[in-house]
Amino acid sequence: MKFAIVVFPGSNCDHDAYHAAKHVLGADAEFVWHKETDLKGADVVILPGGFSYGDYLRTGAIARFSPVMVPLLAFAKTGGPVLGICNGFQVLLEVGLLPGGMLRNRSVKFQCEHVYVRVEALDTPFTCVAASGQVLRMPIAHGEGNYFAPPDVIETLEANRQVVFRYCDARGAVVDAANPNGSTSSIAGLCNEQRNVVALMPHPERACELAVGSVDGLVVFESTVAALTGDGMLRTG
Amino acid sequence: MTVRVFVTLKPSVFDPQGRTIADALHAMGYDGVRDVRQGKYFELDLDADTVDVAKKLADEVADKLLANPVIESYRIEVDEGEKLGSRS
Repeated sequence: MKFAIVVFPGSNCDHDAYHAAKHVLGADAEFVWHKETDLKGADVVILPGGFSYGDYLRTGAIARFSPVMVPLLAFAKTGGPVLGICNGFQVLLEVGLLPGGMLRNRSVKFQCEHVYVRVEALDTPFTCVAASGQVLRMPIAHGEGNYFAPPDVIETLEANRQVVFRYCDARGAVVDAANPNGSTSSIAGLCNEQRNVVALMPHPERACELAVGSVDGLVVFESTVAALTGDGMLRTG
Repeated sequence: MTVRVFVTLKPSVFDPQGRTIADALHAMGYDGVRDVRQGKYFELDLDADTVDVAKKLADEVADKLLANPVIESYRIEVDEGEKLGSRS
């Protein structure tokens, strides 16, 4: 199986994602420059973190018009697994694969710290080997991660169980004090209705080795392998 | 023709930056400032012969790129002075 990691001008977590896929997981991985018009035969695509186009105008607003987004949209529509991390999440919101938008953090600060998230849905290709309610410790590094959607959209997301990760404390309790950026309903990660497009603000790719302080992000990548090799796909929960 | 586009967060959307600025002004003693909403301002130099054409073009680019309709709204003003060649 092969990971494609899309590289926009200003991406800066592309190498972290590549390292996690290739060297930690031992999977095939390839960078795909945003001007490319195909995904190099990848089985799974990662939109990495960073500051595409310097965050000019709005986070992800310009990257979403990159040529690579055409094959990416087609890949997503046919059920191909897509993971957006941090800026990748913002790009997926701007292009409309996921609903809602990002506001400036309520602290009005760039938040760079480890946080806890609770896995809320196991029936996605990025969480299928996680335990129900599993708490993951992963780093965040963003200024615009304050997820917003109007109440009717939030209602639909909850009804469809599209909230995949929620900020919580170390014990898994979803409390306001554990919400680092003011996100509505403590939403840290979402999926689309088809459940093949998943995005989150925390960085699982930077939490895959003990040397960097946490291995909790591994479950995201291990889920992808299990989903694509048919061992763990889409348990309900 | 010059068109001005003002983009602001929708009234229903919390504006953390506007709130911080309002708090700062209150701390400075400006109690008469009730609230602050921060936005973005664009000046577009458009190749358009009529106000209607300019408005239509500005509306399209504001909707597609300058504003994110999920969280933001926008307002367009056309500077007709340039067309008439008199106003400065």
